[in-house]
Amino acid sequence: MAEDFHHALQFKYDLCIGCAHCTGVCPTGAIHVEDGHPHLNPNRCVDCGRCYQACPVNAIYIEQDDFNTVYDYKYPVLLLPSIFTAQFEEKIKERTILSAIYHLGFKHVFEVEKSVDFIKEEMKKTVHENNGYKPIISTFCPAVVRLIQVRFPVLVPNLYLVKPPLDLTALYIQKLLTEEDNVPAEDIGIFYVAPCAAKIAAIKSPATEEESPVSGVINMNYLYSKVMRVIKQGEYQLCDDSRIRYHRLTKSSLKFTLTTGEVSLLNEGRNLAIDGIHNVSDFLEKLEDEDIQDIDFLELRACDESCAGGILCANNRFLMAERQRNRMHKSPEEIDAEDNDLLNYVDYLSEHRRVLGTVEPRSMDKMDDNVAVAMKKMRRAFEINQNLPQVDCRICGYQSCKALSEAVVNGQAQIEQCVFVQKAMEHAEKLSLSDSIKTTTKIWGTKKIDPAVIKNLNL
Amino acid sequence: MDFTYHVEGGDFTNAGSTSSEVKRMLKKLGVSPDIVKRTVVALYEAEVNIVAHAYRGDINVDLEEDKIRIVLADEGPGIPNVDWAMQKGNSTASPKVREMGFGAGMGLPNIKNNSDELHIETEVGKGTTIEFVNYFN
Repeated sequence: MAEDFHHALQFKYDLCIGCAHCTGVCPTGAIHVEDGHPHLNPNRCVDCGRCYQACPVNAIYIEQDDFNTVYDYKYPVLLLPSIFTAQFEEKIKERTILSAIYHLGFKHVFEVEKSVDFIKEEMKKTVHENNGYKPIISTFCPAVVRLIQVRFPVLVPNLYLVKPPLDLTALYIQKLLTEEDNVPAEDIGIFYVAPCAAKIAAIKSPATEEESPVSGVINMNYLYSKVMRVIKQGEYQLCDDSRIRYHRLTKSSLKFTLTTGEVSLLNEGRNLAIDGIHNVSDFLEKLEDEDIQDIDFLELRACDESCAGGILCANNRFLMAERQRNRMHKSPEEIDAEDNDLLNYVDYLSEHRRVLGTVEPRSMDKMDDNVAVAMKKMRRAFEINQNLPQVDCRICGYQSCKALSEAVVNGQAQIEQCVFVQKAMEHAEKLSLSDSIKTTTKIWGTKKIDPAVIKNLNL
Repeated sequence: MDFTYHVEGGDFTNAGSTSSEVKRMLKKLGVSPDIVKRTVVALYEAEVNIVAHAYRGDINVDLEEDKIRIVLADEGPGIPNVDWAMQKGNSTASPKVREMGFGAGMGLPNIKNNSDELHIETEVGKGTTIEFVNYFN
């Protein structure tokens, strides 16, 4: 078995109320409840963050690097997704936001999408000749790449193995600073501002063997708060035009981060954009079934409204997408190397455009390494499931009746965890009341069936 | 393991549901992705043939440790000349149907290409039975 996936999502049990909302929304069934709290199966989780959004008490935490490590580098650089500025109200201008960021001590701020002007030319040339597999599936969204690895391994060869804007812009920064400004490589710290957990996970443990050029990660909502505070307290100095000029992006660069951002760069073929992890799952299921044909390119994004809907965005996704579009309307169609000097590094970036190594399928559906054993387990799980109520109530701690039946054959759960089976067994005097309470307590802890409830409800 | 699924002729909304179900089972067994794909392609093609041409049919799936055997038996018009239909590009579809991009004569050849063993029995006016086997190793 390959090493476990790294996950940026962590549960805080001290805050968790054991409501199991997270269990229900997970697109890969990675969460089950035991001892009153959710438990994550690291090989199933794809870091999409639906659990984070569903949690009513903010008991899910997204790890980030300590902000102070920024100051460990002589030359700290911020790699900022353009969607960052879209978190703010329209009256706070981009110049103000950038000035406040510089105030925090960064030598340079580069927007991630600077490399999209390079990517758009490259993509038109190469996208339709990707190893003969159709449709080609974008690897821009790391949650989608992992979803394909664990749930749709048949589609792994369809992945378009090119670096996303983040990695290309980081490569350009390294090249620019070491060669033009003669900064020693070890002095440069590139800090990426992440709009979601999946991007963090992809940096900390990439899907291929290639290491990320990013030195550290800062959560977008964290930086938003820090920047807001600087703005509200008016501590910053407005930066001049030369700096602002550096942050001009083309319309298509700004659009890249929104839904249809990639497909609108292509002017040939049948290209489709889908957002929302459950929509993406449904579509991939049909694609795997051979039900959908003749599509050339798929842009798939785990979040509704793409990166404007990232779980670490501080504002409503529709408002953010609106502000991003407003910035697009003010932006030029084309930009030359004078305004985007990344375009001077096209040859270098072309050499490094493809991802080194391969993405491996990591199917989570397999019931056992041995086919004969898998067959037995599958048959047993099928029989068990046929006798379960199909309510998918999740009182057993699992996402569905099917999930419980598989956990039972894998020795991870007891069949009497099903509340209906439990009642039937009690009725037939196969299970004592005290054993049935033990089973429920093992799943949900003691609090939810505390006798004090009777008193509190005046029963 | 043995399963039988019923397919109703003309029900395009549910066409492909058997191949989807079989795909899920093969994934649980840990069958390699390329063999899953071959099996799904062959089964999907054969399943849609029943929906498009027959009145009704039954799909029997027999899953063993080393192979999957699928028998699709339909009540339908039958295939007048199987050898001819097995050749790429041969089709009985009318020009009207072909104009829409259907009836390219790839159905049976596609099933053959994506199965390790294929056996077809057919009787005009009665129906067709397609049996194919794919090995996991």
